Amino acid sequence: MTAVTGRDRRKGGGLTDLVSSRSVVVCCGPGGVGKTTVAGVVALEAARQGRRAVVLTVDPAKRLADALGLQHLPNWPHRVNGPWPGELWALMLDTRATFDAIVTKYARGQSQAETILANRFYNNMANGLSGIQEYMAIEKLFELNDENRFDLIVVDTPPTRNALDFLEAPRRLTSFIDNRFYKFLMAPARTGLKAVNIATAIVLKTISKVVGAEVVSDAVTFFQAFEGMEEGFRDRAHRMRSLLTDSGTAFVLVASPRRDAVREVGFFADKLRQSGIQVKGLVVNRTHPRFGTGLAEADRERARTLAGTPLGPLYENLADFSQMAEAEGDHIASLMKKVGAQSAAMVPELSSDVHDLDGMAQIARYLFAPDASPSAPDGSPSAPPAG
Amino acid sequence: MAASAGISALVVEVEGKSGLASAFGSHEMLGYGERLLAPGIRARSITADEALMEYLDEHALSKMSRKLASGGLIDVVSTAAPGIKDILILGKVKQLEQARAADLIILDAPAAGHALSFLLSAQSLVDVVRSGVVRAQAEGVLDMLTSPHRCRVLLVTIPEETPVNEVVETAEALRTKVKVALGPVVVNGLYPVLEGLDNDPDKVAGRQGLTLFEGEADVLRTAATFRQRRQELQQEQMTRLAEALPLPQIALPTIFAVDLGIGDIDTLADALTAGVAALPAPPAPGANRVVRGPGL
Repeated sequence: MTAVTGRDRRKGGGLTDLVSSRSVVVCCGPGGVGKTTVAGVVALEAARQGRRAVVLTVDPAKRLADALGLQHLPNWPHRVNGPWPGELWALMLDTRATFDAIVTKYARGQSQAETILANRFYNNMANGLSGIQEYMAIEKLFELNDENRFDLIVVDTPPTRNALDFLEAPRRLTSFIDNRFYKFLMAPARTGLKAVNIATAIVLKTISKVVGAEVVSDAVTFFQAFEGMEEGFRDRAHRMRSLLTDSGTAFVLVASPRRDAVREVGFFADKLRQSGIQVKGLVVNRTHPRFGTGLAEADRERARTLAGTPLGPLYENLADFSQMAEAEGDHIASLMKKVGAQSAAMVPELSSDVHDLDGMAQIARYLFAPDASPSAPDGSPSAPPAG
Repeated sequence: MAASAGISALVVEVEGKSGLASAFGSHEMLGYGERLLAPGIRARSITADEALMEYLDEHALSKMSRKLASGGLIDVVSTAAPGIKDILILGKVKQLEQARAADLIILDAPAAGHALSFLLSAQSLVDVVRSGVVRAQAEGVLDMLTSPHRCRVLLVTIPEETPVNEVVETAEALRTKVKVALGPVVVNGLYPVLEGLDNDPDKVAGRQGLTLFEGEADVLRTAATFRQRRQELQQEQMTRLAEALPLPQIALPTIFAVDLGIGDIDTLADALTAGVAALPAPPAPGANRVVRGPGL
């Protein structure tokens, strides 16, 4: 596909260009800022441009599924039909099924795979190890990329509590499997000694005292069963890392104009930069409208002067929104500076959650508007802005 | 609010990212040690790693255990027994409660989905771990969580579609699975009601003998309509919440400043006090711990 011409690509946070030219777009940001919706809208826009697009969501609240009018998205792409020249596919990550598939793939044989899949420690790990969801999201991205079926893969990442989780996930899992503690446990098994050496025995005994003996034996069984598969995992982690830093991959940050979100997103942008990844797009979601052009303090002063008269509450209300808009404006400016973005796509807070394609199309108007304006004249969904 | 009622409060955060300290005018993040935020209000954070280190120190465990703990042992062990990190945190809270560290301990729990697994950790561990220190710890925590005179969960939400859905689901799961007593549900971020937004700016200005700037009437009218529409939508969500979740509601106003400062905290505390005073039945006296649920 060729890039859209005749538009200033810098406008709207630079998203238009990404949608037409990249092969992977990763949406990152804190929870509750509408990341999933943005990811869906980016994929929808690509389909509208005639590309074959797939959106991978990892959000357990199934919000994207709702937005696409699908109640249950399986762990493989599901086609969403609509009036666009390209293709739109969607899938919801099933962490467990994805993990099972790689274990099966790297196992030396059926019996090794079965032993691992049945192990309680493995089950706990697949269901709850910190970072496992991030790892499997990248794993799924990697699979989709290998299949070569799509022009664009959009990934909706889990909320970045720890900004590094997503980038570091493959490395973290391999280091977990390569754990020093595990090596320590495995030492006797490796050397074929019948008797566990004394140091190991002491540690195991201490841990057993704390967490219970069966828990320890589950872990030992798991690590023994996993023996020999680390190399495959390590190699895959390395290739995943390459995909994330490839020039065809673009990271888009999604934030809300509040201080906490700005701090978190700014921190993440720093981490990306340190990893040699540049942020290619910035979306500020859920901004409040600004009415009029006056300073909040002037509006407030007016409200004070007119207090007790019928005009008082009208100015009080205006001052409330001006005050909020000023604070949001400060946060957006500081965010753009931190991220190093020339512009940001602003999406106003809408009066209801996005739960259908019409709602997504409305967001698209803000994300891909030639001149993204910071706010709508009113928040009613039936009156979208020009553009 | 607790502090203004004359009882000491200790706020515990567990995710190391809340804006709590900054809301009280401090620029420093909270640490494992306690800090005084305002008269009668102390705060600290508790992480599983720090709680474990403290435990190992207190029990004079060998240097080797300590070294392993810093070398990823906790990841392996917490995978072997999920919920162990949560129990380290909740166990520490229980220890503070029993040491009477404050009249009221307020735990800022993780957000919706994670709040449930966090509070379920004690039950899950009791089911899985049949012996050892962790089991004893989990039993103690479970006892605290399920004693209404010791612990209540205060659900917090905002009047929007998804947060309302989440809080309804969470409440149901907390009641049936964790069996913890629920307090009222706090609905945060409501537009304060302003009477007189229906006034037509041109007309009322005329009556007052004032002339508005060019276009100003439109600005005032659009802003007023926006707020009224928002208030209707919020009201719809409040009604939906009341129908789905038969708990008393306490409404807190939205603060237009975007970021909270100490004055805003006072405003919110007053609103909370007023909300509690208006509740049908007062909360049981002697409840000395509150867990705040799905936060936003």
